[in-house]
Amino acid sequence: MKLPVKMTINGQTTSHEVEPRLLLVHYIRENVGLTGTHVGCDTSQCGACTILMNGQAVKACNLFAVQADGASIQTIEGLAKNGELHPIQQGFWEKHGLQCGFCTPGMIMAACQLLERYPTPTEEQIRHQLEGNLCRCTGYHNIVKAIQWAAETMAAKK
Amino acid sequence: MYPAAFEYHAPASVREALGLLGQYKDDAKLLAGGHSLVPMMKLRLAQPKHLIDLKKIPGLSYIKEDGGAIAIGAMTTHWQVESSALLKQKCPVLSETAAVIGDPAVRNLGTIGGSLAHADPAADMPATIIAHGAEFVCEGPKGRRTVKVDDWFLGLMSTAVKEDELLVEVRVPLWAGKTGGAYLKFPHPASRFAVVGAAAVVTLDGAGKCTKAGVGITGAGIKAVRARDVEAGLVGKNLDQATIEAAAAKAAEGVDVQADLQGSVEYKSHLCRVFARRALEAAVKRARG
Repeated sequence: MKLPVKMTINGQTTSHEVEPRLLLVHYIRENVGLTGTHVGCDTSQCGACTILMNGQAVKACNLFAVQADGASIQTIEGLAKNGELHPIQQGFWEKHGLQCGFCTPGMIMAACQLLERYPTPTEEQIRHQLEGNLCRCTGYHNIVKAIQWAAETMAAKK
Repeated sequence: MYPAAFEYHAPASVREALGLLGQYKDDAKLLAGGHSLVPMMKLRLAQPKHLIDLKKIPGLSYIKEDGGAIAIGAMTTHWQVESSALLKQKCPVLSETAAVIGDPAVRNLGTIGGSLAHADPAADMPATIIAHGAEFVCEGPKGRRTVKVDDWFLGLMSTAVKEDELLVEVRVPLWAGKTGGAYLKFPHPASRFAVVGAAAVVTLDGAGKCTKAGVGITGAGIKAVRARDVEAGLVGKNLDQATIEAAAAKAAEGVDVQADLQGSVEYKSHLCRVFARRALEAAVKRARG
């Protein structure tokens, strides 16, 4: 039996009738058409599907869309404003924080929460907070630098 | 991966959830944070016909001081435990344990009640809960009852919660006097689950003699256990290095250590002894202040 779900994604309200077993990540990608959120391992380990739900980083492959009924969701598509990259996105650009880019949306969404909880993070804090996001290209070195760049930039703007 | 089809229920009260549980019995599974259950459903290791989501029930998420204990609502997330100012002050090992569960996204949704009711043999929190001598409050059709931690973990992913009950609260006794604790684990490099984890809580009297000790071991066997022989080697003694080492040497005794992909019985027994020693060293150092 299908159930109605309604949520706000990047500020826009969406509503659909879905099967309860539909995963949130497939809802976002296929029903709403926002394909920036990736499906990687599909076992809640790699973090490629990380989004913000009510301000908290969660793995969208490990949630059913019906669990997100009424929630406010933010995906990678909602970060840039008026054609200007978010400082975290800009940091990944400046510090070459990616190679293939597959893990990048999840990395950036995880970094959003990281910098909200730890606005001036140590390198150790960054690495600990990224434990749920796997990158198979870069060895994380430049990802850490990108987030440090973003932290400094965001602090300077305040 | 798609799980098998199921019907979704989001009850608004514990009573309503218990009604659904009584109605669907074995065909139903309770959904808390879903970070153990949903992966199992995706792999079709679990195929419940009815999923009862507890998220919409108000009043199951809290951390408060209550009559000599810290009471934690079953739906309190690992992140809430990790970041709680009250726990950091009064029971810091609980926060520190929560901070090494899975990863930040897992901790945002995973719950203390879900973890302790699921009883994964490699979960972190069971060791710490055993070391603290916590209690579990279950609610069923006939009301509430309290279960001591030593009666909670029955076997592989099996606990004392009955099929018509819900775990609603975990009660952790407040630390008294000169008490210190620590949880340390050897994490699996990919999953971050504990290959072996050890939690220790020790209380010292004015002369530095140990009056109370709690030691829990997780990961090594089919369930988390109390390391009674280690505790017996500590109580009544001054916890110098030789005493700690002699006590920790018994950390694998009474643990039904299982060989698995992570290591042999010998290797995991060795990890029990090493991590019990390290946890005790840290706990004693903190108790001395």
